[in-house]
Order: sequence, then structure tokens, then C-alpha cells
Amino acid sequence: MVLELHKPRPIWQIMFSTHHTDVGLLYLIMSLGFLFLGGALALAIRAELFFPGSQIIADSMTFNRIFTVHGTTLIFLFILPSASAVGNYFVPIMVRYKDMAYPKLNAIAFWMIPPGGALIWLGFADFTWYATPPYSIISAPGPAADMWIFGLKILGVSSILGAINFVVTIMKCKHPDMSLGQVPLLAWSFLSSSLIILVALPTFAAALLMLLTDRLGVSGFFNPALGGDPIAYAHLFWFTFHPEVYVLVIPAIGMMYEIIPRFSRKPIFSHASGLAAFIILAIVGFSSWAHHMYATGMSFTEKTVFMVGTLAAVPASAMHVFNFLATMWGGRIRFSTPMMWAVGGIALFFSAGAGGVVNSAMPLDFVTHDSYWVVGHFHLFVMGTIAFGTIGYVYYMFPYVTGRMYHEVLGKIHFVLAMIGTVMVFFTQHILGLYGMPRRIYDYPPIPEWITMNQIATIGAMLIGISMAIWLGNMIYSSAKGPEANMEDPFGLGGRYYYPHTQKNPHH
Amino acid sequence: MRGLIGNMSDEHSSWPEWVYIGVVVALLCWVGAEAWNVERLVEHVPEDAEIIKVVGQQWFWTFEHEDGTKEVGELHLETGKAYKFEITSTDVNHSFNIHDYVVLLDAVPGRINTVWFSPTEAGEYDIQCREYCGLIHYNMRGTLYVEDPS
Repeated sequence: MVLELHKPRPIWQIMFSTHHTDVGLLYLIMSLGFLFLGGALALAIRAELFFPGSQIIADSMTFNRIFTVHGTTLIFLFILPSASAVGNYFVPIMVRYKDMAYPKLNAIAFWMIPPGGALIWLGFADFTWYATPPYSIISAPGPAADMWIFGLKILGVSSILGAINFVVTIMKCKHPDMSLGQVPLLAWSFLSSSLIILVALPTFAAALLMLLTDRLGVSGFFNPALGGDPIAYAHLFWFTFHPEVYVLVIPAIGMMYEIIPRFSRKPIFSHASGLAAFIILAIVGFSSWAHHMYATGMSFTEKTVFMVGTLAAVPASAMHVFNFLATMWGGRIRFSTPMMWAVGGIALFFSAGAGGVVNSAMPLDFVTHDSYWVVGHFHLFVMGTIAFGTIGYVYYMFPYVTGRMYHEVLGKIHFVLAMIGTVMVFFTQHILGLYGMPRRIYDYPPIPEWITMNQIATIGAMLIGISMAIWLGNMIYSSAKGPEANMEDPFGLGGRYYYPHTQKNPHH
Repeated sequence: MRGLIGNMSDEHSSWPEWVYIGVVVALLCWVGAEAWNVERLVEHVPEDAEIIKVVGQQWFWTFEHEDGTKEVGELHLETGKAYKFEITSTDVNHSFNIHDYVVLLDAVPGRINTVWFSPTEAGEYDIQCREYCGLIHYNMRGTLYVEDPS
């Protein structure tokens, strides 16, 4: 795809291509598009909460629809596809294969996402990304809710197809001279996250069908009025979506494994420990799902089991942090934009993990559960870790995708504003949670502490919004008018990179 | 395993990482043990606890005392006594929350969840719903009045 702007191709040739760099480009553009759409919804939410009372959103139903679509969009239409974009560009090169194992399947998996996204956006459901029954069965207005269910169904199938493709590409198509242990950690991150998807996702696929038939009134799996149990849905949902949290975060960690050693000009401290941490996380990630459900009335024994399962996943994440710091230790670090994002992401990853330990400790969970603490906590992962890693990696890929360099100073301003904003929004939300503010509320009583904290958070969100606008301008301008990149060594670091633009594209 | 993933030994000693992992694991064990112990004590309901039936529905709370008196949206209790809430819902999931006393438990239709507490100071406290339940979830609030026994 590279040097596209020097040798333009008609857009349909990229759209109907099955080459991995073309599909990667499609994934990248679409996921960034949804990042800006979902981010705009976040700004609307924050603006509404700047003061108690109704501000810019007319009624609570609209507000509820906005935070539902915000969450669904950024998880399923930004984080997952943006990881696929990076995987498509780099995994085949890292395992030294000409393309993904199944190129057509790859294109099909991509093209399932736009209809899925359209269903979610045209429906604009209101039952949160968790679609909890009985609310989602007896109370949520259709057809929005049904469109959301079908949209998620399509996105789930797309995810599974993509995961199969990554697993086969890495396990079966890697160069015979290369042992699985020598596969770079970024590719390993896709292998482990894809395996998690294959084990975890079918459960939610089943739950979605049951939810749909419950809504149609032909079954009562989760409807207490018909003898069903809403808690069963919670188990099915979290059995998929707690491991899915690792699916989201692991590729971002993989991207940091590519950026950190490159910009520290040092080999990774321990390839083996990074690899072990990926494998441990992929297995232990399945032992903690019900820590989301302490407050549903679980027994003491159940809570203890899932607390232990949750704590067991922490050392693996801590190993990554150690590995990053040990790699940087004594390195000749160059703080170019991608490196700044990666390092910022690690700091926020650590903070998010520390908050997670608090949530999993049983008595403390009853302070934080369903409060703004939880909102702040998981946003430190999805924004602070995953989006930071991904944005850093998009900067890193930029010269290979466009053949041009982005504006370095604007990239750094983007980072600094976004970092300050992220701390202002999400650390503050932790405190709001401790003051007792519930999540998913359209309005709040005028408690002075709540007002102050909400206002700090909103200002932080606006800073992030400004920084993202700078980024968008930088990307658009630099891809057309930026200075030509030195493709052998775009960041002036010496050493050899993985070069996506050297992949032979049959359409070129 | 070595054969499968190949030789990938790194060229330096790994003892600092083992020490670090040891410290992390020890910290986690301490957190887990403390949490287990505290939760065990917290969940032990005193035998003389008075039962209050709590019903959540879109979008208000109803309370029923042991003597059959009902209150809607407000709850009057006395300091020094232990109270056990039996929480349920008639429509969708809610979560009964008195944040100042760390009382938090979901109200799930078809189930009765129990949690107990003992108010220590007279005053007014907020009761709120902490599980998304639709249109007026943001305003599904009540007030707890704690009075000294007369």
C-alpha cells in the first residue's frame, strides 16, 4: 500500500483487494473513523455532566443511547479493528509469509464490520454495552435493541473469522526456519489474543441468540417472569467479556513490545518472559469472569474463588511492565512520538492494574462497584493503555503506510495534551467513585464534591478532544504534504525494522 | 516445550525479574488474605438483626419493616441496631446502595439478596440505585433517616 500517494490506485482496487496490507489499510481507516465518532459521543457525555441538571442533551433516553453507542463503538469498532489493522500489516511479515493464510476470509472478516457498525449506529440502542436482562428483554425499546443484537452478532462472527486467520497464519504459515518461540512478540500477542477469542466468544454468541428469542417472547432464558434467570446472562456475558478484556489489551502490549526496544535501541530484556506472560494471561484470563458480579448476591465461596482467579492474572501483567522498564534501562532512548505514547501507555497500564487489584478485593469492591471508579478504572485500560499503544503504533506505521513523515512537534503536542487529559478525566473519575457517584447517570444531585470532580473530568475530556483534532489534522495534512520519509530508517534509529512496504502486492 | 518453542535464552541473568515477581506475588497474597478475612467478618450477620424488606422497581424504592409498616422513597432507622436488608426487584435489575455505609447489593427479580449494616450516627444519608435500570435510573434516589432511639 505504501507510496499510495505517489502511485495512486483507484479506490475500488484497494476496497476489493485481498492483500493483507490493503485489508490492513481498510481496517485502519475505518477504525480511526469510528474512534472519532465514538470520541465525539464521549465529549457529549462529558459536556452534559459539566453541571448538574440538563445541559446539552435534551433527555435521559438520548443520554443513555449515547453512552451505549459510545462504549459499543469504541470496543467493537475501534479497538478490535485497529488491532486487526496492525496485525494485518505486520503479522505476515513477522512470520515471513506472503500474505495472511486465508486472504479472502480476511477481506470477508473486514467487510462484515461496516454492516455491523451501521446496525449499531442506525439503531442507537439504550441498554448499555452490557445489554443486561431483564431490562434488555422487557424494557429496552426496539428496533434499536434488536439492531444492536444483530450488529454484535455480525461483529462477533467477523472477530472469530479474523482470529482463525491469525492463528493459522502464525502456526502454519510461519517460515520453517523459525521456531514458534522466535516469532516476534507482536505476532505472539495476536496468536494469544486470537486463541482467547476462539474459546471465549462462542459463549456470548449463544447468549445473544437467547437474548433475541427472549425479546421475541418465544423463550424465557433470562426472564424471571417466565422462570428464567438474569444472572445466567451475566455469567455468559462475562465469561466472554472478561477474557475479551485481555483480547483488547494484549495486542496493544504487543505493539509496545515493538516500539520500546526499537526506540531504546536495545534488544528486548526478555523475549521469553514476555512470551510466557502472554500465555499465562491467555489461560488465567478465564478464571476471573465473575469478579464483575460480586454484588449480584454471590456466596462467600464464589467470591473468594473469583478473587483468587483475578489476582492470579496480575503477575503476568506485572511481568510486561518489568520487561518494558528493563528494556529501557541503560538504552539510548529516543523519545520520538511513538515512544512517548508507548511509555505513557505503560504508566497508565500500571495505574489501571493497581486499581484493578482494589476492585477484586471483595470488601473494597462494594465501595467501587458500579460507581465512577469503575468507569475510570477500565478507561485507564481502554484509553490509557490500548488507545495509547495503538496511537503510538499508528504514528510508527505512518511512514510505511503513506511514504511520508508526520509532523513531529504536533505529534508530541498531541501526546502531552492527551496524557494530561487522560489523567484529568480518569483519575478524577476514580475519586468521583469514592464519593459514591453511580455510573450511567444523566443527572446528579448538586453535591459540591461531585460538581468539582465532574468539571475537572470534563475539562480533561475537552483537552483530549483538542489533541485528537490536532492528530487528525496532522495525519491528513502529512499524508498528502508531509516530507518524504526515509523508508529504510524513518526514525533515524539505525538497525533493521519490519518493512510493510516491501510486501509484494499483486495489484501494484 | 523447549523443542517446540526453540532456543530463546536471553543473554543476561533473570534474577531481578524473579525477585520482582516474588514481591508482586507476595503483595497479592497479602491483599487476598486481608480481603478474605475482612469479607468473612463483614458478612457475619448478627442474630438480632431486624429484617427490612427492600423492593426496587422503576424507579423508586419501597421498604417494609418487620412490623409491616411500609415506606416509599425514605427509610427511618435507629442508631445502635443491626438491620438486615432482604432485597429484590419487581421488574428489572437495580442495585440498592447506601454509599456512606458501604451497603451495596443488586436487586434482582426472582431473587432475594441479603446484606446487613448497623447505623452508628444519626443523620440523613442518600439511598441510590447503582445498576442501570432505564429512563429515570439517574433519579432513583431515596433518603435514609437515622435517629437516636427515643
